[in-house]
Amino acid sequence: LSRIGDELYLEPTESGLSLRAVNSSRSAFASFLFAPLFFQLYEPGSAGPDTELFRCKVHMKSFLGVFRSLPSLEKSVGKCLILLKPRASRLVLQLHCKYGVTKTHNLAFQECERLQAVFDTQRCASRLRAPARLLAEAVVHFPPTLAEVTMGAGPGGKISLRNYVEDEAEPSKTMVTELCLAEDEFQSVAVAPGSHITFCLKEFRGLLSFAEASNLPLTIHFDEPGRPVIFTLDDTVLEVHLVLATLSDLESNSQSPSTNGMSHLPAPSDDFADDLESYMAAMETSEGCSEGPPSPIFPLRTPQPAKSKPQEEDEEDEEEEGAVPGTPPHKKFRSLFFGSVMTAGRPGLATTQEVLAEDSDGES
Amino acid sequence: MPFSAQPPASGERYALSASLDNARHLSSLLRAVHFQDHATCLATASGLRVTVEDAKCIQANAFIQAEIFQEFSIQEESVMFRISLSVLLDCLTIFGTSSLPGTSTALRLCYRGYGYPLMLFLEEGGVVTVCKINTQEPEELLDFDFCSTKVVNKIILQSEGLREAFAELDMTSEVLQITMSPEKPYFRLSTFGNAGSAHLDYPRDSDLMEAFHCNQTQTNRYKISLLKPSTKALALSCKVSIRTDAQGFLSLQYMIRNEDGQICFVEYYCCPDENITEAEL
Repeated sequence: LSRIGDELYLEPTESGLSLRAVNSSRSAFASFLFAPLFFQLYEPGSAGPDTELFRCKVHMKSFLGVFRSLPSLEKSVGKCLILLKPRASRLVLQLHCKYGVTKTHNLAFQECERLQAVFDTQRCASRLRAPARLLAEAVVHFPPTLAEVTMGAGPGGKISLRNYVEDEAEPSKTMVTELCLAEDEFQSVAVAPGSHITFCLKEFRGLLSFAEASNLPLTIHFDEPGRPVIFTLDDTVLEVHLVLATLSDLESNSQSPSTNGMSHLPAPSDDFADDLESYMAAMETSEGCSEGPPSPIFPLRTPQPAKSKPQEEDEEDEEEEGAVPGTPPHKKFRSLFFGSVMTAGRPGLATTQEVLAEDSDGES
Repeated sequence: MPFSAQPPASGERYALSASLDNARHLSSLLRAVHFQDHATCLATASGLRVTVEDAKCIQANAFIQAEIFQEFSIQEESVMFRISLSVLLDCLTIFGTSSLPGTSTALRLCYRGYGYPLMLFLEEGGVVTVCKINTQEPEELLDFDFCSTKVVNKIILQSEGLREAFAELDMTSEVLQITMSPEKPYFRLSTFGNAGSAHLDYPRDSDLMEAFHCNQTQTNRYKISLLKPSTKALALSCKVSIRTDAQGFLSLQYMIRNEDGQICFVEYYCCPDENITEAEL
């Protein structure tokens, strides 16, 4: 998750604890849902008729700092207790270690909106399923600095992986690497012929290492270029989703100039209203992009700037208009549509731009 | 290892002369107190004491008893000088810091007296190096006036339990808060950094606890930047004693076993940053 964003969203639900992250350009979203059975004890608290279960976000670095050295953790820590204390404004992480030693970390958190990218694996035309190891071994052939990779159904039923080269790149200075995997290397293949997508490799690598380490098969759901690609890992007690925006094929959509090639302006640090505003703005400016009937799943470029991170980030930070080598060009990558699944398809809400400070999502 | 090259000027009296078969017995200890460039050396018949201070708040002492040395002779009652600890350490480790089994650097240390440089003769594998390090006027040292009769709380812990904790201290916190109490949390180390607060609790009945004598609940804060260097001493030691007096002055005493199984001590004294009666959550 730290490869994706530098805030960790914690959302306890009835079906488990969900940990989520989103990147600053909103082109990548990941969630890890740990079922109650994963834990020795799981008490999500009780949601009243008017209140939802409490959720918060913390700085990724602060959270990771608690679990600093994995090998020594395995040796010395017996139990970990996670407590969310809304009244004290603290997320408590308590590690019970060898020799009766207890390490208690009280992390400050921020209340937040529900972070949910809208996606539906059922609506994806193509699906691949493979052991993580297969993809990890394939991806290792690409340089670590490579930003985007194109995956597609090649001739003869093969699945190809190829590094994405920008149109502007000089042919004499570019190296193209292409890898083909036979259909039988996958556990299941159901792809639309000729389909292909281009997505950001960096964010995918993070999930891949997790999948390899946990020995879980990876399922890739994809559709047309421009529609998000969804990677899933499934286990009895863990459900993982990684949703990445994909490069759309052409600029042939009818998006208004104001939204096309929009550069990210530094946003006011108004995280509360972020999700809601982008949803509302998207509803406002939805102009029937060429790729099909408007649908809530449709990734739309929102005129509302996504929050940008002034602090150091090791992933691409899209702040400039022009494409920085190695980052997905603004013009072509769409941001994922964020909003409530529940209200998908509802006609436009009140088009106010007012900033909401409460933790109400405003959708129900 | 026999020392072949004898120091020159036979018949001359040296205020201090000492021989050590394995220079690491000295250099590793000195590293444990090397948080400032300069140190004050005091040699008496009991042995050598090297003192380093900082900010008038913290003092570290490394003790190498006369018995550790193969030869230790002192002609005056006491000999004291100030010297660059960085240079001294560089010289002691001139043959390299990695320790191959079976090889060691032999050391002969000579000091003629006030105003003279400290002479070091180091030998390894037949190669001899002679070092002359200038000495300076010793400065007055802090006296923490810490004695066992004034101790309010004392615990002795196995270093193993603290090593990781000290290495992972949240350095974004300005202070390290130490709570010692006859009641819960017994012994607690706390930091207050950018991410939030962190507390490390050691129960009195922990296997790591070798001795627990706490009479009063005390919570004191110390500048973390001053205490962080003590991590080196902790890493070398097998046991550490933690004591505080009525004013909150902290004494950390580390028992260090060298390669030959001999015991040496390093101690750190630190002034409290402020006195508070209640620990912050």
